[in-house]
Amino acid sequence: MGRWKRWLHLADEFYKAPYRGAIAREKRDQEDLFMLLVFSELMGVPNPASYYTLELQPILLENFHDWHTRMGMEKSPLDNFRCC
Amino acid sequence: MVSMNAIYLVVTGVVFVLLGYRFYSKFIAEKIYRLDPNFETPAYTKRDDVDYIPTDRIVLWGHHFTTVAGAAPIIGPAIALIWGWLPAFIWVVLGTMFFAGVHDFGALWVSVRNEGKSIGSLTGEVISVRARNLFMIVIFLLLLMVNAVFAVSISNALVATPSSVIPTWSAIAVAVVIGVLIYKMHVPILWPTIVGTTILYAVIWVGDQVPVELPAVVMGLSAGPQWILILFGYAAVASLLPVWLLLQPRDYINGIQLFIGLGLLYAAVLLAGPEITAPAFNMDAKVIGAPPLVPLLFVTIACGAISGFHGLVASGTTSKQLDKEPDARFVGYLGSLGEGLLAIATIVVVSAGLGSSEEWRAVYSEFGIHGIDTFTRGGAGILASGLGLPVEFAATLLTVMAVLFAGTTMDSGVRIQRMIIQEWGTIYKMPFMQNHYLATLLAVSSCLVLAFGAGGSDGQGGMLIWPLFGTTNQLLAGITLLVISIILVKLKRPYKYTLYPMFFVTAMSVLAALYQLMGFFENGQYTLLAFDLLIIVAAILVILEGFSAFNREKANTV
Repeated sequence: MGRWKRWLHLADEFYKAPYRGAIAREKRDQEDLFMLLVFSELMGVPNPASYYTLELQPILLENFHDWHTRMGMEKSPLDNFRCC
Repeated sequence: MVSMNAIYLVVTGVVFVLLGYRFYSKFIAEKIYRLDPNFETPAYTKRDDVDYIPTDRIVLWGHHFTTVAGAAPIIGPAIALIWGWLPAFIWVVLGTMFFAGVHDFGALWVSVRNEGKSIGSLTGEVISVRARNLFMIVIFLLLLMVNAVFAVSISNALVATPSSVIPTWSAIAVAVVIGVLIYKMHVPILWPTIVGTTILYAVIWVGDQVPVELPAVVMGLSAGPQWILILFGYAAVASLLPVWLLLQPRDYINGIQLFIGLGLLYAAVLLAGPEITAPAFNMDAKVIGAPPLVPLLFVTIACGAISGFHGLVASGTTSKQLDKEPDARFVGYLGSLGEGLLAIATIVVVSAGLGSSEEWRAVYSEFGIHGIDTFTRGGAGILASGLGLPVEFAATLLTVMAVLFAGTTMDSGVRIQRMIIQEWGTIYKMPFMQNHYLATLLAVSSCLVLAFGAGGSDGQGGMLIWPLFGTTNQLLAGITLLVISIILVKLKRPYKYTLYPMFFVTAMSVLAALYQLMGFFENGQYTLLAFDLLIIVAAILVILEGFSAFNREKANTV
């Protein structure tokens, strides 16, 4: 990497690094809310759009374990839905 | 009196702190903290790309330095000059070398060695859970005072230098535009930086031409208190906005300002070579009602010599991003050294830039009434003769710089306060406190109580909180040094390099707190009296518990 490019990289990092965590956390919070919407029926919260959100469940399943542990539930909160 | 050129002061200060980095920090790194290049830091072991992420040491140093260096190393020394330049200079230089460096570096090191935990959690682990809870209270009070004192300083500066009003508020617009360009439109960093900085300096020129003053009285409030209310209104809104929109670009612009400002000041002093007109020891200090130098000097200059706030930053965010353990020396020790350099620059401009010895005495006629204003006045004179800038423009430039530092600290201070209130809401199961808006309102109103409770409705004398802020900050530093010492005892390593500074700062801050307690009682300032009492009780309890933990560990290792 040339010297100029390295300086630009450092400036870019100097801009982004301090707030990387805060922004990622905010993003995650929004995604958590979305997770709750998608899996709400399974936890007994009525969801009028469940016909559509059902389709999204397999896609979000990857993040499911992280999500429920983050929400303070050690094991999967869903009866028919073993995750860990 | 023999006059002395300010260049000697600058060179002596810089050489000493650099020697401190070269030799003392090396000794501490090798013999005491024993940094290991092969140690896997939390940035790798707990990597989540959110908080834990290995970061280039230069970036991390820049981030750490700009977070810890704000308006405080400017205001503290500017007030402390009332005792003459020599005591302030010696305390800043020795403080940076033997206190701040070891403290910041140590906080970073213990956190890295303990999975990136903050000093607060470590207090819970090595001392006790009760000590941890009290520690949280001390942190909250510290933030409260930071916000109150900075609001008063900014309002004083805006009233004293009306030409800084337009640039100060325009900086917010510039920041928002940079934020949108970089975050939303993915524009590479170079152009927003160049254009943003250029616009900022152009607006400083505009501000110089168009000074803005608030109406003399609105609803019984003079201009100072009006600004304080506007500032807290702004801080409340700013702390609720997404960080990418305002806080992130504002911090970045400030970082650049800090480097430019430091460069300009040092260059101007070296080019102008002004004579120091302030007395080395001000024999009149007592006559004009300044408090005794010991212990008040050691709390008036907190940031710049040693500051507990740095430990919070070092163990809160910096430790989670440290790439290799030996980088801790570079980031921690050099970070505090950067702040020491800002404090030295302030001492130099305030002791050499205010005109003749008589003029200097006319300015320093009372304790605690000056802060940013003397720095900008002194600095402007030196920038004018050193770099040929117009005096008015230079004064506006330095005011804007200092106000921006204080403003950003306020923004993030209110934000952190809000988060602590929300955390208390969760711990003590009070859902209303978890609400974003309500928590912000609580944070801001507690600051307002302090800002007005201290100075009355005219907002004058608000700087009286400054020594109390310093006291809290130093007590926090004492607690951090104690935690580091306990961990060193556990590891069977020499602990005197952290324990002796701990004794010194704690003794000075407790003495200062007691002295202030008497003053608040005599003047009937009961709000401050209550704050002071709370701080003394909380800090002493933490320290006593700390000593019992220290002795327990010492007995275990024998």
